[in-house]
Order: sequence, then C-alpha cells, then structure tokens
Amino acid sequence: MGITGAELFVKALKEESVTTLFAYPGGQAIDLFNALYGEKDIEVILPRHEQGLVHAADGYARSTGKVGVCLVTSGPGATNLVTGIATANYDSVPLVCFTGQVPTSLIGNDAFQEVDIVGITRSISKYAVTVRKREDLAETIRKAFYIAKTGKPGVVVVDLPKDIQRAYGSDFYPKEITIRGYKPNTSVHMGQLNKALDILRHAKKPVFLIGGGVNIAHANKEMTRLAELTGIPVITTIMGKGAIPTTHSLYVGNIGIHGSYAANRAISNCDVLFSIGTRFNDRITGKIEEFATAAKIIHIDIDAASISRNIVVDVPIVADAKKAICSLLEKAEPLSVSEWVNEINDWKKEYPIDMGRSGLTPQMVIKAVNEIFTDAVVTTDVGQNQLWTTQFLALDENRQMLTSGGLGTMGYGFPAAIGAKLGNPHKDVIVISGDGGMQMNIQEMATAVVYELPIIICILNNGYLGNVRQWQEMFYDRRYSSTCMRYRKSCEIGCNTPNHCCPEYTPDFIRLAESYGAKGIRVTKPADIKDALISAKQNTKAPTVIEFIMDREINVMPIVPPGNSLNDMILESEEHGE
Amino acid sequence: MKKRWICLFVENEIGVLARISGLFSAKSYNLDSLTVGVTEDSTISRMTISLTSDDKTFEQIKKQLSRSVEVIKLVDYTDNPIHMKEILFVRVNGCSNVDITELFRISKVFGATIIDYDGTTVLLECTQTENRNDDLIALLQRKFTNRIEIVRGGSVVVEAVSISER
Repeated sequence: MGITGAELFVKALKEESVTTLFAYPGGQAIDLFNALYGEKDIEVILPRHEQGLVHAADGYARSTGKVGVCLVTSGPGATNLVTGIATANYDSVPLVCFTGQVPTSLIGNDAFQEVDIVGITRSISKYAVTVRKREDLAETIRKAFYIAKTGKPGVVVVDLPKDIQRAYGSDFYPKEITIRGYKPNTSVHMGQLNKALDILRHAKKPVFLIGGGVNIAHANKEMTRLAELTGIPVITTIMGKGAIPTTHSLYVGNIGIHGSYAANRAISNCDVLFSIGTRFNDRITGKIEEFATAAKIIHIDIDAASISRNIVVDVPIVADAKKAICSLLEKAEPLSVSEWVNEINDWKKEYPIDMGRSGLTPQMVIKAVNEIFTDAVVTTDVGQNQLWTTQFLALDENRQMLTSGGLGTMGYGFPAAIGAKLGNPHKDVIVISGDGGMQMNIQEMATAVVYELPIIICILNNGYLGNVRQWQEMFYDRRYSSTCMRYRKSCEIGCNTPNHCCPEYTPDFIRLAESYGAKGIRVTKPADIKDALISAKQNTKAPTVIEFIMDREINVMPIVPPGNSLNDMILESEEHGE
Repeated sequence: MKKRWICLFVENEIGVLARISGLFSAKSYNLDSLTVGVTEDSTISRMTISLTSDDKTFEQIKKQLSRSVEVIKLVDYTDNPIHMKEILFVRVNGCSNVDITELFRISKVFGATIIDYDGTTVLLECTQTENRNDDLIALLQRKFTNRIEIVRGGSVVVEAVSISER
C-alpha cells in the first residue's frame, strides 16, 4: 500500500526544507491540496492570480537564497505561470513549479483544462518533466530541487497527473541523486586563473565588470575584499548592482544604455576588463563592435554558453563566481592604478547621475528611501521606475534590490515584494513601481492585506507608460502612440501634449488601496516625501500605497541611443515645458 | 560556413527530441539533418546531427546542447575520421523498358540496389554518404523529371576504427 503520491509530495517538500509554498488550487491539484490541509510545517500562501503567485515565489527565492516553490492546477493555472517562469529563468532564480495535470490516461485527449505545460515551458525553463509513473515521483522531485538550485540556477517544472497524485507507492525519498547528463562545475581551472592574473599584473587601466552572478553566488563580501585588495574599480550591470556597496570608493556605477557616464567611459577606455557573472547582454554593451575595444577581456561565468557568445574574450573561465573570487583572493596582488582611479573619479564628478530639476522627482523619492530604510529589500517594476531605482538606490549588505533584468516583466515588482516580505519578515520591503506596471498585478493587494504584510508601495505616477513614451519623445517625433494612461474616449486623437486639462487618472490608487484595507497616501510635493515614507513604516499590519504624482515627461538620463556605442551617450534631456 | 557533424548521447525519454530540436528552432540555428535511435543501453539514445554553420555559432550550439540536462555526452565529429551513411529510397513511376534498363545501369554505377519492381514502377535503395545520395537524386531528377518520389533517412555517423579517410 504505502502512501499516495500527494502524501509523498508533502513529504518531499518537508525533506527539501520548504516552509513557504505559493499555491493556487484547482481540479487537477485538489489531491495535493488535500494532503497539505492542516500541515503545520508548510505555510501555504494563496495569492490572487497565478502570475502574482510565481512572481511572489521568485521574490521569495531571490531575497532568501532558497528555492521558491509554486503549486498550481492544470490548464490555465499552469499557463498563467508562463511569464513568471520565463522571468525567473532569465535571471537565474531557483524555482520549482508543480503543475497539476489530467490523469495519464487522458493526456492528449484534449481533456478539460489539459495543456502540454512541459512542451510550453521547454524553452523557458532549465528542465521540465511530466511524472508518468508513481515510482518515479520521489526521484523526480529530488532531481527538480537539485537542478533548480545548483550550477546556474533556474526554473524546473514538474507536471503531476492526477492519477500519480492518487496512486499508492513507496514513501522513500532519496537524499542523494546523480544525473549523468548534469554535472555542475564545482572547481576553478587554476591554469586559466593564472593567465587572468598575469594579464591583470600588467594592467594600467583595469576594471571589474560585475554581473548578477556575484549576487546569485552571495559573493558580495568576497568581491568587496577582492576590489579592496587589488584596488581595481568596480562597475556593475543592473543585475550586479550591490556586488560591492554602492557607497564604496571603488564603486563607479552601472554600465549600459542607462549607465553612468563614468562607468561607460571607463569600459571604453580600460585596458583589462575583468568580468564576472554577466552575459554581455545587448543592453549593457551598446554597439557591440565598439565595446571595450582597447581591452583584454577576462570572463568568469558558471555557464560556458555565456562565454564568448556576444563578446569574444581572451581568457574564459567557467566557474562559480564565489569559488573563483575566493581563489583570486589567495593569489591576487595590489596594483598601482591610482592614476586610473582618479581619472574615473573625475568623470564621475564631471557628469554625476543627477536629475537636477525642480518639483517632485523620482530621485528625491529613492534618496529618501535610502535614508529611511537601511535594512530593506527593494523591488522594482519595469520601465522608468526600474531604471531610476537602479541609478539612485544605494545598496549594501543590508539593502538588496530585486528587479526583472533579463525578461523585463511589467507587473513583477509588487508580487515579488510579497514573496520577499514573507521570506524576510523583519526587513522593510519597498516596491518602486510605475502606474502602468502596478496595475498588471494589482489584485495581489488582497494577498498583502490578508497576510498582514506591511509592504510599502511607491507608485511613481506620471500617467504614462513612461519608458516607451520617452523613446517616442526622443526617437519617434513625440508620437505618443498608446502610452498615455490618462487617455479617455473624449481625448483628441494623436494628442502628445499633456496638460492640466487631461482627464483624471483611473483608478484612484488611494481609494483602491483603501478598498482592499490598505493605507493610501498621495504625495504631490517634495516636502511631503519623507513624512509619507515614515508614516508608511509605522503602518505595521497592512500595506501602504504611496502615490507620487510626477511631472509627466521626466526622462531617464543619460541614455545611449539604440545602435550607438557606450561612448556616444546623450547626457541631458531637452526640457519640454508643461 | 562549414558542414559539421555532432553525435549526441541523450536520455531515452519522452520530450528529449523536442528539447533538442526546439533548441535549434528557438535559437535560429540551422539544422541539416537529425537522426535518432536507441543504443545498446536502452536508456540512452544516440543522435546524429548534421548542420552548416560558422565557427562561432557552432561553438555556441555545442555549449547550448551540452548544458541541456538530458544530454549525456556530445562528440564533435567535424574533423574526425568517420564513416557516414544515409539510407535513401527512390521510387520511379511510369517506367518504360528503356527506363528500366537505364535504372539498372545507374544503380550499378552508384552502388544502389533495386529492391522492388512491378513492370512500370522501380524502387531503388541507396545507402551512401549524403553527398553521393544528393548526386544520385540530381541525376534521377534530370532523367525522370516529375516521376520520382524521394525518401531520405538522414545521416548516421560512427567514428572510424583505422580508416583515416571519409
């Protein structure tokens, strides 16, 4: 007899030390939920939509370093995960997503709520599998957790047909597992490392370019020590920000199309580019032919496929970031590069990232967040709100930023914050969102309220899908096509001149928050920013929405226009009067 | 651009072929042929993949294939001594006596076999390299335009034991 598949599922979660499960029930998952009923060791969180669910699991995983676990039903339950799976996988977040499935006898019959979720997610997950035999269940789940969290972390989808959930079988759950086709790299090639150190020894203008890999490997302390030991300035990608404290004297800034002048300039002028854990995505390289042309490039990445794909490198090293940095710490020597550091510091002073404008600005809001929340997780949505946050948010060992860097998923920020707060109940969790992205998963306000999560949601409301509007302004002759969120049927066709006569914003975020049982504060002038944030911090039993009413046409600057090299930045925005 | 040969040992499981072929379509990699069959170990399938690409793309293809959980081992046969064969069936319809005589002659020259025949239809089997099969098809297409049906199996490759030429 033994135990049912559903009972084994619960046992497996416990063996994997899962304490929080993001789950939404349905017909083909009902046996799994039945087995979870009354379970004391696993807190089952019921979000309001499966997309919110998977982003919450993602935020939980990114902020705790644990595997995020999702459970949904078949069909639409499973397909609603798709965007979140792609989001997490793109940013190497470990998730295991369990999906209910119709019984094996019905698979392929176009049964009610049947989809081939393994087929759908094959290209956006690290591994996806349907369990077809009860005796394979334990090993498949063990495999799923192992694959999700080792090597380059990612998403594993485990599809569980209903008959497997109900079938009786062994209660054995394996501790160890070997997969013959999957052997994550656990060592560092010393020969390659020595080559890298040799190049470094002769460098006059070296920089570190640090990607998300260092944050994923939790190698921030080691990275800071390596920078300090060698004296090499550190530039980060958006995902790598926080690799060393942003207040550190060796920290230059972000590279990329909205990176800082000094960082982009330093990349273009360096003679050795020592990169760790970045895949040289198009948003960071700008025009690829002119990227770091003067530099010898060293590239450490856990994923061999990320090396020499976009940029041809001189010394490739396939290794885990933390292990590689630790090995470097044993061998690296101080370099005399103070002249180079001074040069970079001059560039920093020449064009600091500063909005330098009057009125309520995103910079003021984020600077206030820096001052008031010192032990915090900050999530962003996607678009201008995200870019401003990556520019102005200060990060260190106590303040972490979660953002959808790879896929750029609007609607990510708020549900991710729910997961982050569940995983970090003693930290402040702040969302920086836009008015557009906030509405993509607004239903999760109910989740935050019912679980009494005092998340602080800062909506930077400019009444536009601002990032696209900015591109339309700069590169498409101000043709604001479908980007105005205050548009009404009564508006003039082709309007591109926001003014005081524009229709009221829909929805009223304050009343919306209140209707959910959250607190709502509207801020219209700089003097009120801090009071609002402090008052939100004091609201400890429910979320607080702070709507910041922005000037409508603020741009993210500087910017490297599409197709340009990093050297070719537009530094300041032309002003359009209100 | 260069012709490449890969031998891929994969888990003999549902969905693995889809994963591998899906990788090629998702990343816009060109694929000339892909054959798959179970090995002496029934849990392992062996794929032979032939493709045409530049060096940089090929490196990326190998890395992408290798990082798939289902891939056990990848062997690049591009510059190695190998034996490769592709099975080809050609059905030639509406043959006169002259045609048939000609087909027998062609078979002899190309090392093909006539495996079936009913007076007006001839079935040829040719197990040669992909290139030789291409040549045979070209010839038959010229001589028997609009009267032939082609069934190609895709290439299989095995490493040479002591022969150094292909």
